[in-house]
Amino acid sequence: MPKDTGIGASPKRREDVRFLTGKGRYTDDINVAGQTHVVFLRSDVAHGTIKSIDIAAAEAMDGVVRIFTSKDFEGVGGIPCGWQITSRDGNVMQEPKHPVLAEGKVRHVGDPIAAVVAETESQARDAMEAIVVEIDELPAVIDMKKAVAEGATKVHDELDSNLCYDWGFVEENRDAVEQAMKDAAHVTTLELVNNRLIANPMEPRVAVGDYTSHDGQSTLYTTSQNPHVIRLLMGAFVLNIPEHKLRVVAPDVGGGFGTKIFHYAEEAFCTFAAKALERPVKWTSTRSEAFMSDAHGRDHVTKIELALDADHNFTAVRTETYANMGAYLSTFAPSVPTWLHGTLMAGNYKTPLVYVNVKAVFTTTVPVDAYRGAGRPEATFQLERVIDKAARELGVDPVELRRRNFIREFPYQTPVAVEYDTGDYDATMDKLLTMIDRDGFEARRKDSESRGKLRGLGINCYIEACGIAPSKLVGQLGARAGLYESATVRVNATGGLVVMTGSHSHGQGHETSFPQVVADMIGIPEDQIEIVHGDTANTPMGMGTYGSRSLAVGGSAIFRATEKIIAKAKKIAAHIMEAAEGDIELKDGKFTVAGTDKELAWGDVTLAAYVPHNYPLEDIEPGLEETAFYDPNNFTYPSGAYACEVEVDPETGKVDVLSFAAADDFGNVINPMIVEGQVHGGIAQGIGQALLENCAYDEDGQLLSASYMDYAMPRAHDFPMFQVDHSCATPCTHNPLGVKGCGEAGAIGSPPSVVNAVLDALASAGHDVGHINMPLTPAKVWAAMNNAGGTGSGTAHGRSVDGPAAKI
Amino acid sequence: MYNFELVKPSTLQDAVAALKSEDAQALGGGQTLLPTMKARLAMTEQLVALSGIDEIKGICTDDDGRICIGGATTHTAVAEGATGYPALASLAARIGDPAVRNRGTIGGSLANNDPSACYPAGALASNATIVTNAREIDADDFFRGMFETALDEGEIITEVKFPVPEKAAYEKFIQPASRFPLVAVFVAKFSDGVRVAVTGAASDGVFHWSEAEEALSSDFSEDAVKSLTAPDAVGMISDLHGDGTYRAHLVKVMTARAVKAAV
Repeated sequence: MPKDTGIGASPKRREDVRFLTGKGRYTDDINVAGQTHVVFLRSDVAHGTIKSIDIAAAEAMDGVVRIFTSKDFEGVGGIPCGWQITSRDGNVMQEPKHPVLAEGKVRHVGDPIAAVVAETESQARDAMEAIVVEIDELPAVIDMKKAVAEGATKVHDELDSNLCYDWGFVEENRDAVEQAMKDAAHVTTLELVNNRLIANPMEPRVAVGDYTSHDGQSTLYTTSQNPHVIRLLMGAFVLNIPEHKLRVVAPDVGGGFGTKIFHYAEEAFCTFAAKALERPVKWTSTRSEAFMSDAHGRDHVTKIELALDADHNFTAVRTETYANMGAYLSTFAPSVPTWLHGTLMAGNYKTPLVYVNVKAVFTTTVPVDAYRGAGRPEATFQLERVIDKAARELGVDPVELRRRNFIREFPYQTPVAVEYDTGDYDATMDKLLTMIDRDGFEARRKDSESRGKLRGLGINCYIEACGIAPSKLVGQLGARAGLYESATVRVNATGGLVVMTGSHSHGQGHETSFPQVVADMIGIPEDQIEIVHGDTANTPMGMGTYGSRSLAVGGSAIFRATEKIIAKAKKIAAHIMEAAEGDIELKDGKFTVAGTDKELAWGDVTLAAYVPHNYPLEDIEPGLEETAFYDPNNFTYPSGAYACEVEVDPETGKVDVLSFAAADDFGNVINPMIVEGQVHGGIAQGIGQALLENCAYDEDGQLLSASYMDYAMPRAHDFPMFQVDHSCATPCTHNPLGVKGCGEAGAIGSPPSVVNAVLDALASAGHDVGHINMPLTPAKVWAAMNNAGGTGSGTAHGRSVDGPAAKI
Repeated sequence: MYNFELVKPSTLQDAVAALKSEDAQALGGGQTLLPTMKARLAMTEQLVALSGIDEIKGICTDDDGRICIGGATTHTAVAEGATGYPALASLAARIGDPAVRNRGTIGGSLANNDPSACYPAGALASNATIVTNAREIDADDFFRGMFETALDEGEIITEVKFPVPEKAAYEKFIQPASRFPLVAVFVAKFSDGVRVAVTGAASDGVFHWSEAEEALSSDFSEDAVKSLTAPDAVGMISDLHGDGTYRAHLVKVMTARAVKAAV
């Protein structure tokens, strides 16, 4: 029976009332009295030495308050990176300075050179156009493999090379993996690109800096997924403002997808300039600026090899990846291709040996960092693609090949550091097969063929590491911060609760689902509970929302704080009812004494806590407010099986997605409707990556996909209705709610099934093209069909070679 | 956006006069010009809005049976009102999105002559006559390359006269980001021959595919198109979304589909 309330119910999202009626309060809605506006003069070349910046004419223009260049930031820190990776040779990564405004050189199109503060945005823009910058252009550094070659132009002159780090994982397995490759009955090799993406949240980034001289307080309003992290990074590393003098507010945020995790130069600028000018400073990104200044995602170039024995057991996996860092290290950038990627290379399979090599490379492009899934989509894509390719080479059923290698015993220690606590990969695969009528596929394919179309079915599994993250472990892995979460539960005298959480909601529906947890624990209606988030002034120190962590980590903190509340409330109830504390039960919002008919309402006890006339003051303090910090002792491991069915028009190469099904194991589910919505959104982004989205630079470092005229965002009519299921639940064993997280699954699990499906469709017409790099645009699919031709196989003697299409 | 003056005349005469001043720019539906101005890629002292001139709006049929559409008529109005020329109405109904169709005008689209716009293909294939405040111009003489037309400075498209073919269809293959045509083909069969106009494909903008016109004039069938070689890829647009070879291939595919749809 579906529940009406509490955990497992699907109340409508309470935040949607304001979002859908135009009452949301976003950062751009915030205007502070006396406010000025800043616009940034950004580099229009990819790489060059700044010879001169002439601001004289611009400074004299109407409304200009002040123009800043890097000279004004001498003594100010660079934008910090939150993670340090150690290379195979034992050296730590190369970490260049990331100045707030470009110092001496520009390193990507969009790199800010100067900032014009004026009374109005229009005046600032007029003055910006009057600044004369002389730049000696240097060669752009775009191709990662060329960038790390001997003699390549360096993005950062002070570094040894463009190689940020060369990471081996697990380095001790390197030789054993090499031997396993030699001993294998079959090795399937695949070279592929995980295409660079631009997150494009609906709300562009905004920052408003404010400063009050009488108390020396700085305030930053910003579009962030984690205001406390911004306060910590900007205060401690950039501007040297102690935390008690700095408040960061992230109000309603219109989508993040990862790109609003990071601390950006514009935030530091507005905070700095507000103090320097003693006037508020506001910046609102234009959409064009967003394309060239929001951190991009993905951009891996990978070679993966899968070794199998004669019985088709996976014996080893080896991958070599070039990961683009862009021009500077963004907050989480080094961790994405390493600890969020290498640790997932076992996938759902009991492959005993895995070796992952990642070379992170500086290029003259926008910094690259976490984007929905962050490292895990890149791991899943290469693994699930190479398995599909192996199945095709070996002539076996891709589902059976996966099943043969499934992990079935838990907990399972992978050869890549992490230990999976639970999972049931057969269950999600079985469920998926019932959802997609696989037996009926051949008939559907014939129907498509009768209409001149090619039909394909792609299936894959995925696993991800979410609930980021155990602080002790990530500290060993190079994180410069802890990754716990916090909650303060404040019970008011009349029984209502305010939950102050360090998590941040920017589309996830926390205001609806978090109260479901607390309401369930106490037995009161959800409307008795209010969620407060997004302001460092009234929430405990928390690490924010990303990595599908809010419920697993933030929700667990709320659970722990509520447990403390209930424990104290029981003490108060025991005192009032003159009973033993151990005999007190709390159910449906009532305290009862076991074996008696005594009872007290929730509100009677909360009132007593604040009007302690009859109260155990000698034992406990008055009031009812508790804080908990929760640090997980493992990641969570959501997993599942996805299937996509496509039709390809052989005349044009156009791919239509006909159906998409997802069987996920998220452990326990708090609000099934919100979970389904998260999966829908993730799948939409995954299909977008697979078929449409492509952030492309030309060899001069110009961003070709710099607007929606060329960057193809998916739209509703690009998709069928998705079938999603989360009934195969193996609850997480190490957090109190048994939850795993669902925010990224759709984006992680969906790209391989789309590509597998298209290749299956092409193969049905004899086009064995091996691989096509995402996005599978009509032009690329058509070219792949027409270059590959005939029935020529992509394999030879167990060693595969890519068809010509692989180079597209 | 830079500051500018906006005038909104209610007569053609006033609009022509207003456009005589230096740095004046006609504003149709603004679906190209306004985004360009917002991005500060265009600067004008004075915008002369044509949307207040009733005499250049509306759809009628003239004595020769031509569908005559006022220059300031919106795409939505054509989609709903050009019932005498269903293929043209269908073209209008598929331009952009509802906001674009409710503001954008046929005169604005033709005067802009975007190499990927829909209307140039419809006008060229239909052998339309473009009427301005000063003269009449045959479609064959009107389109002069990317964003170039035969219009003089300050000349306003007041009306476009479309002869109605016996059979016609417009087949569009969209560029997935902009949703403009990657390649689109308008095929129109008249009693005296077939006209095939291609948009989206060539750097110089809309063009006749004369080999297809010749083949189809003697045999109006899909097979007649399929027996042709695709047009030369030289001169075709090559970008992120497809190279010249692919676009040339699509010209043939879309032409065959347009013929099939028209038959």
